[in-house]
Amino acid sequence: MIGNRPEDEVEDIPSPEGHSDVIATDYEIGQHNVTPRIGPFELDIHNPVFVVSGLVTFAFVIFTLAFQAQVEPLFSEMRGFLTSTFDWFFLIAGNIFVLVCLGILVSPLGKVRIGGAEATPDYGYAGWFAMLFAAGMGIGLMFFGVLEPAYYFATPWGDQPLGQGIGIVDGELADPATLEAARRMAMAATIYHWGLHPWAIYAVVALSLALFAYNKGLPLTVRSIFYPIFGERVWGWPGHVIDILAVFATLFGLATSLGFGAQQAAAGIGFVFGMEGVSDSVTVAVILIAVITGLALISVMRGLDGGVKRLSEINMVLAVVLMLFVIFFGPTMTLVTQFFGNVGAYFAEILPLSNPVGRDDDGFRQGWTAFYWAWWISWSPFVGMFIARVSRGRTVREFIICVLLIPTIASAIWMTTFGGTAIHQMIERAADSAVYGYVIDAYVPELSLFGMLSELPLATVSSIIGIILVIVFFVTSSDSGSLVIDTITAGGKINAPVSQRVFWVIFEGLVAAALLLGGGLVALQAAAVSTGLPFAIVLLLACYALIRGLMSEPR
Amino acid sequence: MYQKIAVPVDLFHVEHTGRALDVAADLARHYSASLHLIGITAETPTAVARNPQEFARKLEEFGRKQADARGVAVSTGAHASTDPAVDIDKVLLSAVAESGADLVVMQSHVPGIGDYLWGSHGGHLASHAEISVFVVR
Repeated sequence: MIGNRPEDEVEDIPSPEGHSDVIATDYEIGQHNVTPRIGPFELDIHNPVFVVSGLVTFAFVIFTLAFQAQVEPLFSEMRGFLTSTFDWFFLIAGNIFVLVCLGILVSPLGKVRIGGAEATPDYGYAGWFAMLFAAGMGIGLMFFGVLEPAYYFATPWGDQPLGQGIGIVDGELADPATLEAARRMAMAATIYHWGLHPWAIYAVVALSLALFAYNKGLPLTVRSIFYPIFGERVWGWPGHVIDILAVFATLFGLATSLGFGAQQAAAGIGFVFGMEGVSDSVTVAVILIAVITGLALISVMRGLDGGVKRLSEINMVLAVVLMLFVIFFGPTMTLVTQFFGNVGAYFAEILPLSNPVGRDDDGFRQGWTAFYWAWWISWSPFVGMFIARVSRGRTVREFIICVLLIPTIASAIWMTTFGGTAIHQMIERAADSAVYGYVIDAYVPELSLFGMLSELPLATVSSIIGIILVIVFFVTSSDSGSLVIDTITAGGKINAPVSQRVFWVIFEGLVAAALLLGGGLVALQAAAVSTGLPFAIVLLLACYALIRGLMSEPR
Repeated sequence: MYQKIAVPVDLFHVEHTGRALDVAADLARHYSASLHLIGITAETPTAVARNPQEFARKLEEFGRKQADARGVAVSTGAHASTDPAVDIDKVLLSAVAESGADLVVMQSHVPGIGDYLWGSHGGHLASHAEISVFVVR
């Protein structure tokens, strides 16, 4: 700081590029930060948030490893209890987020520009979209692209969407009408889980954070959204709790997904190369975690532009290559015509699917939809904050189109390609198809994608691309997640020493490896998803703060 | 010999900039050159400024004070980056080129073990800039 800041200077903050409504607060960013020196590394960390997040994480991992038998049922039951008791709440909250986003899109608030009225975008459309998509749902698309549509199409466990008839009963195909209805509903329900609702959750968080950081001048950390509600108290414990919860959800969400993703990649390697023992080898999975962590480390050390953005772009190119491969070698014309039918089915079924009450498809609504909503919500601090950071210079309308509508279309295309091909294979070969084998016969979800690819030409090539994609998608989530955790635990500073982001990348890899070796991935993932409930409440408050914040901006 | 001397300043740790500024001001008086202070900040709010515009204004103020105290002409150039923790070297290099300065005087720390992991900014600038770089320890 230069000298002593005069008391009245707060009133006198210039607007960012073009006019905006800067919030006057006496809080100085980093005023709670401490700067210890550990060996050659200088740190700049937010005092309670960094320390408490680190210690809580550490304690949770130790506790889970030590009392695995007791902890796993506890957390799994907690998650089950939350999604089955509060399913109506998650569904209502999800609908509110979509309506808020669409409302802002069509209202005059859409004209507000992030970063001030004359701000220019930091990133072009391609780089921006690649980053937000790769961080937001990349890895899930690899895991669920084949699994979810195939599952709904033929589930014998009674959890099909809206109680729709299923396409394959006891290994025999249903009659053509039921078959088509089951296919249509399977695709509509899958797109519903990967379409407007999840992206609306991300958009609410991202837009709020971007607005309060770039336009209002508050630190880029989750608590800033709540300034209109808590006022100056947001810099104290109410804010600490929100930030710590965000770090917790992000870290455990990432670490447990990293563990499961490494297992999927290991299963894929064993499957493609026919190597016995590799598929369920913990050693192989731990090596993969080390590789992913190493790549993420390089990415964060190269920074946002030189690492994260470039990797996200490579990631998008690879994903498009794999998708075009499946479209070309799969049932090309069927997929093209089905795409429009699927999107139509999505919009036709979105109301019954998102209806929170008076339904009797408990298995689907609680086991799938409420679980997904809790999952997206628990990821939203991470994804939202990352999207916020790269969205300066966009208008709110542009933002919602690119964060809500275009990703929804991209998800629909992806699901149509992978799910449509899988269902096509199931209709052609019924119980003999590989997908049926891995999704229904013996539930081996991590092999569903590779099963689908195995029935297309050049299966080895496409499966190898698939394995590489699983790994790269993880790296792009891991590096952006570490940047986010670093920023939150540095009190909103993005210029904290690089050693801190290095610490978080490694910490995350170690947590994943420890849980994979010692057990407890299921338990801690359940714990991470359970943060979806408190965050759902937090996000509803954020909607209010967002609209108030936008209304005070010049349009 | 020199007309415009660029001095990167760190408004976040202004106490670390002193000696480089002393040296630069002496050189400026000797060669009748002007000083150009370069500051780099984040696009997001920071401890020093709530947005890059406020940062630019504070840098100007700082420059004015230096001009008054040292009796040399001072201009300033503020630059914002999306990831300053990593990109600072790159931004600094282009800021120096853009400023049209013919000499850089900058503060650097005494190298330690950490420099094997990520090197000093002065070292990077000295090996990449087209003009002379005077690193002050």
